[in-house]
Amino acid sequence: MPDLPGLGILRRALAQVSSIVWLLIGMGGEIGDHLARGRLPFRRAVLFEQTARTGVGSVPLVGMVSFFLGLTMALLTGYELRTFGMERLVPELVATAFCRELGPLMTGIVLAARIGAAYTAELGTMTVSEEVEAIEAMGIGPLRFLVGPKLVAIVLLMPCLVVISNVAALIGGAVISITTLNIALSYFVDLVREGLLVKDVIAGIIKSLMFGLIVGLVACYRGLTVKGGAAGVGAATTSSVVTSITTVIAADSVFNILLVKI
Amino acid sequence: MDGEMNQSPLLSLEHVKLRFGEQTVLDGIHLQVQPQERLVIMGQSGGGKSTLLRLIIGILTPSEGRVRFRDQEVNRLGRRQLNVIRAKTGMVYQYSALISSLSVRDNLALPMEELTRMGAKEIERVIDEKLELVQMGHVKDQMPSELSGGMKKRIGLARALVLEPELILFDEPSAGLDPVTSSVIDELIISLTEHTRATSVIVTHEMNSAFRIGTRMVMLYEGKFIADGPPQDFRQSQNPVVAQFVEGRTNGPIGESGKWEVGMRK
Repeated sequence: MPDLPGLGILRRALAQVSSIVWLLIGMGGEIGDHLARGRLPFRRAVLFEQTARTGVGSVPLVGMVSFFLGLTMALLTGYELRTFGMERLVPELVATAFCRELGPLMTGIVLAARIGAAYTAELGTMTVSEEVEAIEAMGIGPLRFLVGPKLVAIVLLMPCLVVISNVAALIGGAVISITTLNIALSYFVDLVREGLLVKDVIAGIIKSLMFGLIVGLVACYRGLTVKGGAAGVGAATTSSVVTSITTVIAADSVFNILLVKI
Repeated sequence: MDGEMNQSPLLSLEHVKLRFGEQTVLDGIHLQVQPQERLVIMGQSGGGKSTLLRLIIGILTPSEGRVRFRDQEVNRLGRRQLNVIRAKTGMVYQYSALISSLSVRDNLALPMEELTRMGAKEIERVIDEKLELVQMGHVKDQMPSELSGGMKKRIGLARALVLEPELILFDEPSAGLDPVTSSVIDELIISLTEHTRATSVIVTHEMNSAFRIGTRMVMLYEGKFIADGPPQDFRQSQNPVVAQFVEGRTNGPIGESGKWEVGMRK
């Protein structure tokens, strides 16, 4: 019987998802083995290096993108709402949109492009030059040693970056509110505090953890499954970024649907 | 075909078959390696020699048959036990596979830091000792990208030795090197395996290296071992495939089948 259109794609996608889950389980097992021997899962220096690279290195980009987005959002919505005399809604709008939706989403996309691509390229190069296999052949769990610190760094640093993104967007929104909407800074802050709900902030933090895990896992999986030398590394890096961004947006939609229903 | 065995083998492969989809790479291989032997596995490129090394350290699993390290069946071990065997086995890769982001010192320190409880001073002492063995003490703080191919091979060899392995696997140790450097590497392999009393399995298609290093040789052809014995037997072999391979002739049974063009036997 011939395959239904799209069935092959679905089958491949499911196979990849299950491989990514196995990667996570395998890493957990290797970490467990290491802990059972009374050892820390990763070297502190390696973890700090990864957190600096993932988090500190991403602050300028995340901050800048979010600042300009917050600024643009306040500008466009401000002009529309001014027509109805409702410009005082702008601070709440920017705060809620960023804390709940745009902050985690933008940070996820920025990290997929900046860090996910770097993870895939690094692991991909190590895979084609047999470095990953050499680590495995020495009896050192490559998932614990190579993937573990990257994954921990990106998952833990995502919420921090999301907070930076939210603050930067609010600064952008405040600049427009003060300069073009005649909203004083103290009034802007009051409106943000009035409008922002704790559940919006928590939803954003949960999303950020989820997006960090997605970007990290997809990037490391693509890197470790590279085939075909330098061209393969290039193709895997592109694929990693595209898959991460698509998955982050899809997961965001699913999360929003569930959140609305709950 | 199997050599005379009078002691318990360190490594044995029993009727090992390996298939990748429709392709049969290894077709019922049987082999025993005795302690302190230097076994050379010969065969054409793409014939499954390097694949065989990956089966020995459990990176690949055979489709059928068993791989044993002493009395342990490698392909049935869990991750933790397999890693114990891997720590007793050193592997030297064709292109060295040094971790490019780590210095020579850190490459050698890695297995000791990750797998043992050795202190920093002890690790430093072992690094210095192994680098001296391969005459590379002066490159300790350099990065792999700053080294030549021959130097990388020596560092790869030193890294394989840091945990005092019982078995060392060499994947094309002299490939891509000039004849002089190749001879130096061969001599190093002989002296180091004698010094450490380690057993070694060397995969190569370089005949000079094979005859220089090996105390025993086997030839892999169409997924099977077609010859097994001491090097002098290979020089005088009446087997047309072995004779053609050893002499490097273009005419003979190897070229006729055309199977080597795709690298694996269908």
